[in-house]
Amino acid sequence: MTAMQTKSPHSSDGSDYSLRDHFRIWRTMLTISLEERLVYRGDFALGTLLRFLPIVTQVFLWTAVFSAAGRSDIAGYSKNDIVAYYLLAMATRAFSSMPGLAGSIARGIRDGSIKKYLVQPVDYIGFLFAMRVAHKLVYFAVALGPFVLVLFLFRSYFPAIPDVGTIIAFAASLFMAFLIGFFLEATLGMLGFWFLEVASLLFVYMLANYLLSGHMFPLDMLDGIATGLLGISLGDVVKMLPFEYTAYFPAAIWLGKISGPAMYQGLLIEAMWVIVMAAACRLAYDRGSRHWSAVGG
Amino acid sequence: MGRYWRVFATFAVAGMVRDMTFRTNFLIACISSIAWVAMNLSFYVLVFSFTPELGLNTGWSREPFFVFVATGLIINSIVQTFFMPSAEEFSEMVRSGGLDAVLVQPLDAQFLITCHRVDYSSLANGMVGFLLLFWSLLSTKWTPTPVAFLLYPLFVISGVTILYSFIIGLAAATIFLGRNQSLYDFWFYITTFSRYPMEIYSGPWGTPLQTLCTFVLPILVVVNVPARLLARPFLMSDTNLAIWSLLAAGVSFIVSRRVFTHSIDRYRSASS
Repeated sequence: MTAMQTKSPHSSDGSDYSLRDHFRIWRTMLTISLEERLVYRGDFALGTLLRFLPIVTQVFLWTAVFSAAGRSDIAGYSKNDIVAYYLLAMATRAFSSMPGLAGSIARGIRDGSIKKYLVQPVDYIGFLFAMRVAHKLVYFAVALGPFVLVLFLFRSYFPAIPDVGTIIAFAASLFMAFLIGFFLEATLGMLGFWFLEVASLLFVYMLANYLLSGHMFPLDMLDGIATGLLGISLGDVVKMLPFEYTAYFPAAIWLGKISGPAMYQGLLIEAMWVIVMAAACRLAYDRGSRHWSAVGG
Repeated sequence: MGRYWRVFATFAVAGMVRDMTFRTNFLIACISSIAWVAMNLSFYVLVFSFTPELGLNTGWSREPFFVFVATGLIINSIVQTFFMPSAEEFSEMVRSGGLDAVLVQPLDAQFLITCHRVDYSSLANGMVGFLLLFWSLLSTKWTPTPVAFLLYPLFVISGVTILYSFIIGLAAATIFLGRNQSLYDFWFYITTFSRYPMEIYSGPWGTPLQTLCTFVLPILVVVNVPARLLARPFLMSDTNLAIWSLLAAGVSFIVSRRVFTHSIDRYRSASS
């Protein structure tokens, strides 16, 4: 039985490689990941199409709610706004959700397969990032058609196309949603260096994210719910967390629910969350990979 | 048949031993499941803070709707305890060639593939379902008849049979696709249609969808029929739906069995 103490490979080894070499390695990793994703095309296409099913029930649910409620506005959203919100939140989740990322990192730590990244001059986080970019490229290549079709079918629910500034802000928020989602899940996976099994933790994260990101309902609906703390609503508490940037925030920008200085302030906070989560991910990997030992033959 | 019951009892005991060996994990899994249910219930409470019922004059106010939700929890918990954990492993068995070991057993392959693993932590949702059902029935103004209570388990089993047939059909798809990691996703997404009363599917898009999900893929009758027995006075149209539900359960089971047998015939081992 042997024990392998490891050190972080990207710290000193990286200096032997030029930027061009790094780019070449990263491009190779991206190509490998793209090929891997396309092996089981049927499964991937099926999984992509399935994501559209829950939105259908939400549309009918809220249509039923509005018809029985006898009001045209709920928490500042009309029926059309709600439908458009769910579609936009879903589009945002397509950027920010990272299925299998944390689980695969924790599994690699547990079964020792992560050691191949530790002994090679490949930055593990960079590799994971390339894989995820590949995953998203394939996903959007497959999902673009259905997305365009669904958005076209539901076009009457959307308000007029916003101005260029709002569109740019929306695109920036989507890109940062992808980064937050990636670093958040990668950090959770890295906790496997200490806990080995993180399945329960991931489930808790999944629950929290589903509820607090705005995936389930627009977070504005929580504004009127008191927490018991003076002047602080449940909505205020939720908006202190990074989850809203993975679904609610970009959708709210497009719908004009957040605009002007509040939009720029939100983008700034989102950028700060990206930096915080990236730093947390790097720190967890550096500390964890030093702490980790592979035991076995 | 007796032999199958004995084998199933062995699987059930093995599942209990496994769960009790990792008691903390079992407890966490139970708590996680209940947390998921609690989160959904809080969403429904939020929805009912904006409206007195789901759909105008449908009768699905908060308490009847919670009878509906409770019924869904009970049915899904049975499926997730006894069938889903096994079916989830099927994809990997096909991909890795592990299915070979199942096919050479002197037992029905469908039985072995769908019943070999029992996950007791999923029963936690069923327990919450029973508690919610009890609370809702006490809170609602309508008192169900004794006949409704007697028929309720029958239609719960009917709903379970339909969901089981879906699982079998999806498992069979694994053989054609080579890998079907979306099995659980698909099951999750398709059952979202059954989470709400069928009356919400109305209008130019909703009515065809309701027809499709009632008569072609009978997912809407899974929860709607047993829930209607207890949630509100049973109407004539509900009787027709109940009869169709039993018929749909039988047809779904037979069709899924045939699809599964056909797919097994096409299976080519992946192992050496």
